[in-house]
Amino acid sequence: MAAPYLIAIGGSAGGLQPVLTLLPELSADLNAAIIIVLHRQNHNASVLPELLAARTSWTVKEAAEKEPLESGTIYIAPADYHLLIETDHTLSLDDSEKVNFSRPSIDVTFSTAAMAYKSHMTAILLSGANADGVDGLMDVNDAGGITAVQDPTTAEVDYMPKQALEQVKIAHILTPQDMATFINSIAKV
Amino acid sequence: MGRNQINEQEVALLLNDVLERYGYDFTDYAPASINRRVNHLYQLDRFPSFAEFRYRIISDSVYALRFVEEITVNVTEMFRDPSFYHALRKEVLPILATYPSIRVWHAGCSTGEEVYSFAILLKEAGLLHKSIIYATDVNASVLEKGRKGIFRLSQMQQYSRNYMEAGGVEDFSSYYTANYEYAKFREELGEKIIFSPHNLVTDGSFNEFQLIICRNVLIYFNKQLQDRVLTLFCESLEQLGFLALGSKETLNFTRVAKKFKQIDSKEKIWRKVNL
Repeated sequence: MAAPYLIAIGGSAGGLQPVLTLLPELSADLNAAIIIVLHRQNHNASVLPELLAARTSWTVKEAAEKEPLESGTIYIAPADYHLLIETDHTLSLDDSEKVNFSRPSIDVTFSTAAMAYKSHMTAILLSGANADGVDGLMDVNDAGGITAVQDPTTAEVDYMPKQALEQVKIAHILTPQDMATFINSIAKV
Repeated sequence: MGRNQINEQEVALLLNDVLERYGYDFTDYAPASINRRVNHLYQLDRFPSFAEFRYRIISDSVYALRFVEEITVNVTEMFRDPSFYHALRKEVLPILATYPSIRVWHAGCSTGEEVYSFAILLKEAGLLHKSIIYATDVNASVLEKGRKGIFRLSQMQQYSRNYMEAGGVEDFSSYYTANYEYAKFREELGEKIIFSPHNLVTDGSFNEFQLIICRNVLIYFNKQLQDRVLTLFCESLEQLGFLALGSKETLNFTRVAKKFKQIDSKEKIWRKVNL
C-alpha cells in the first residue's frame, strides 16, 4: 500500500548501531515507509539490506529508482548514488556531485523528502562526524515535518547531532532505546 | 533560508520556457533531481526572485545555456564500477572481435572518461583499429572536454586502481602524459572516438551498432522517456547487439524487456535476442 507517511533516518560514523537497536522494536503494522541513508565505503558489497533485514519483520530492500514507497517497507539508499523522493512518492537515484563529501547525502534525501511529504514525515539524524543532514532537517522543519536527532550523549560521534541542535530547531532528542517507541507513536495506524 | 524555494510548478514553467525558446526538452526528466539542481543554481547565482530568474532565462540565451548545462549531471569517472568493465572485457569484447568492423554508441558520454576507458579496453584487445565509437551528449561543452582527452591528474590514482580492478595489467600511466595538474590521454585512443551532440529526447537513430553503452542517464528520465529511449536503442542495435546500462538501471518492466536477455546476472549488460 502506498505509504501516507515517511520516516527518513540518516547517519554517518556510529549511525549503524542506533538503527540496529531500533529495528527489532518497530510495530509491524505502521502505516509508513522508512528510508535509511547511511554513509559507507562505496566499493563494499551491499550487505546492509541483508544485515538490517535480520533485525526486523519489515521488508528491507535497497532503494530502486522509480519504485513507489510502500508502507511496512524499509528502503536503504544504495552506495554511490543520492536517493531522492519524487512528489508522486516514488524513488529516484542521482549520481551527481557529492554533497558534504558524501554520496548518498542525507541532505539530498531529507530535502527532497520534505518537498514530497511536507508535514507527513519525520526526519531523524543520528551519530556522525560531519554536518550532512543538518540543512535537510532545516528543509523538513520549513515544510512542516517533524525533526529529531540522536541524543548526542549516546552518539559514538556527537558532531552531527550537535550541529543539528545548534543550527536547527529540533523537536525531539532521542536515545537509541527511545527511537522505536517514538516512531511507533507517530506512525500508528 | 531553506533550499526549496522554487516549487515543482515553477520549475515546470522554466522547463517549458527552455523548450519553447531554445528547443531543449527536459519536461520528461524525473522532477526531483531537476528541482534540486534548479534550486541550487537559483541560490548560487543569487537571484532575488523567481520572476527575475525566469526573465533572465527567457531573455538571455547565454544564461539559458548555463541553465541547461547546470541542470544536467556531468559527474563521471574512468572505469567506473570496475566489475562492469571486467565483464565487458571478458564477455563482450570476444564476441565483438568476430566482426570485421565494430560500431559502438556511447550515449550520454559527458566529458568522456568512460569512453576513453572503453577505448583502452579495445586497444588492449587489439580491436581499436577496426572500431568506431560514437560518443554523444546533449551538452556541447562537455563534448569539447572529451575531444581534448585531458582529465585532472589528481584523479589518476583512483582511475588507475579502477583500471586494475577491471582486469587491466598494463601500466595505466602509459596511457597519458602528465602536464601540471592534467593528464592528456594518448592521441591514438581518441582517434577512433567521434564526439558529437545528440539529444536522446528529440533526436533519432543515426546508425546501427553492435554495442550501445548508456550508463547513469536513464535514471534522470521519467518512465515514458525511459521507454522511448530504450526503444531507440533497441532499433539502433544489430540483432545480437549488446546494451550496457548503469549499475542501478534495468530493462526489467520496460517496453523492450522481452527483446533482450541479460548476459550476466550481476552486471547490467543485455543482448538483443531473436524471439
